[in-house]
Amino acid sequence: MAREDSMSAVLNPAIGKTPMRAIDGAAPVTPRTGTAPAAAPPAASAAAPAPRPAAVPASVLAERRARAARVVAPLAGFAVFVLVWQMIAHGNSAIPGPAKVWDAALAIFGDPFYRKGPNDQGIGWNVLASLGRVGIGFGLAAAIGIPLGFMIGRFRFLDHMSGPIISLLRPVSPLAWLPIGLLVFKAANPAAIWTIFICSVWPMIINTAAGVRQIPQDYMNVAKVLNLSEWKVFTKILFPAVLPFVLTGVRLSIGVAWLVIVAAEMLTGGVGIGFWVWDEWNNLNVAHIIIAIFTIGIVGLALEVGMVALARRFEYA
Amino acid sequence: MVPISQPPKPAPVKDPARYLSVQGAGMVFDTRNGAFCALRDIDLDVARGEFVSLIGHSGCGKSTLLNLVAGLARPTSGALLCAEREIAGPGPDRAVVFQNHSLLPWMTCFDNVHLAVERVFGGSEPKARLKARTHDALALVGLAHAEHKRPGEISGGMKQRVGIARALAMQPNMLLLDEPFGALDALTRATLQDELMRIVAATGSTVLMVTHDVDEAVLLSDRIVMMTNGPAATIGEILPVPLPRPRDRLALSHDPVFIDCRSAVLEFLYQKQKKTAA
Ligand SMILES: Nc1ncnc2c1ncn2[C@@H]1O[C@H](COP(=O)(O)OP(=O)(O)OP(=O)(O)O)[C@@H](O)[C@H]1O
Ligand SMILES: [Mg+2]
Repeated sequence: MAREDSMSAVLNPAIGKTPMRAIDGAAPVTPRTGTAPAAAPPAASAAAPAPRPAAVPASVLAERRARAARVVAPLAGFAVFVLVWQMIAHGNSAIPGPAKVWDAALAIFGDPFYRKGPNDQGIGWNVLASLGRVGIGFGLAAAIGIPLGFMIGRFRFLDHMSGPIISLLRPVSPLAWLPIGLLVFKAANPAAIWTIFICSVWPMIINTAAGVRQIPQDYMNVAKVLNLSEWKVFTKILFPAVLPFVLTGVRLSIGVAWLVIVAAEMLTGGVGIGFWVWDEWNNLNVAHIIIAIFTIGIVGLALEVGMVALARRFEYA
Repeated sequence: MVPISQPPKPAPVKDPARYLSVQGAGMVFDTRNGAFCALRDIDLDVARGEFVSLIGHSGCGKSTLLNLVAGLARPTSGALLCAEREIAGPGPDRAVVFQNHSLLPWMTCFDNVHLAVERVFGGSEPKARLKARTHDALALVGLAHAEHKRPGEISGGMKQRVGIARALAMQPNMLLLDEPFGALDALTRATLQDELMRIVAATGSTVLMVTHDVDEAVLLSDRIVMMTNGPAATIGEILPVPLPRPRDRLALSHDPVFIDCRSAVLEFLYQKQKKTAA
């Protein structure tokens, strides 16, 4: 405890000065505490001399401890993970250990953008190809799902009409739609995009419609009293009120899309991180599969974090 | 008085004593537990430029009646007329200050008021003038400094004031106020009450105001409509307040007429319509 206090005094010179200042304040002479950043009026510090010096280091301590926990805990988690991995690799010679995978990763990410023919490209190209498919499928899903969600939320008839179909189709794995895509588009790439479209469109429709349905009556009353035009109602009230819900739908569906693209590409082939995993499995290169797993995880995390950051910009409540 | 031959509009036989006319209005809500009769047999005429308060215990249907006049709800029986036309829906000629302020949380205070100003005056006035109107309305309620804050960043009383500014900025023929000063501290409330009296005197607006505050009702109103307890509430008594205008709150506090009116309302509320614990 004493060590901690002296440390906090080193980190924050004002803390060490506080008790002295309190004594200064008690004296009739005007204190000249030039070093203290914000000299309190002497009367105030004299009135409560006892609790002040103790209170400041305690709060600083708690703050510091919380900050340390935020850094230390995840690091400890990673350490345990790597340890367990190392132990498994030790017992099973088919699974490479962390050191081996790290070396392989350095090699792969040392040259992520090479091209040696259609089936042998750097991991950068593969990730970009997958992201491109997700982007297109997802964009189409947004372009169709969000307006559809608005209409379903606004018009009860449409809601009742589409409700059973959506409930029926939503739990179907998007991969079940892949053959239909292959059949209709007669090519792997559009079929994969189609699969992404299918899996992204449900969360967008459902969340947008839910957002429209729950718009507080108060807001609509404002629109009614002002007799706003349909366009104004949409731009000034409906859209901003529903936007957080839309973004929730977008966030959910981008997560699902990134899950699905790996599986879809395993089935369709071509360039893409999912196909890359499959290819490395055929080569029995387990280190590369593990690298792919981490890469997929990191990209998925980045997408999620990006969406959350975007959603936060539109929070108003 | 208007010549019958005058085409093309239906002859505007304006009866200023019945600017707003509520005729046998009743309101039955469909609820999960069956029909709920909130209001019955409401008969009320409000003259042009008159200030009428609705007072009654909580839940008796004051907001419901105000919503009927606003056109946000249709009565299940009876009729409501405004300027001799049936109230078919809401409109900016009847501005509402909602009980829960109803500001749009994604807009700044300025934009909230501007939306209304633009709607009413956008067709006829240049943009700079609309901005000036918005600014003036906010300054009137003492919120010029908070123009660019969002409703989430200001206090409950400030939100209520923005709601008042929004309604006043529309310069409506009729102002419908649902406990507009309910969330305000006594000082701000007094200031805004005085301000409201001044504006109403200057614009000649007709006002229907819901309130819980007996002093406020007596100070502001020409007539006080006292409602019986719900369910199936109706008008119990109507008390005229024969105090000359302009009214001064300090002088009135000793005025025998003021005191009489005040005790009449109190007597109605706490004796005749004594609220049994709901
Ligand atoms: N949409 C609705 N559906 C069903 N019942 C309703 C509805 N709106 C109001 N009521 C009922 O009608 C009655 C009157 O409600 P109202 O909001 O008009 O009361 P109030 O006099 O304004 O009360 P307060 O002073 O607390 O604001 C209440 O019993 C309420 O439960
Ligand atoms: Mg009410």
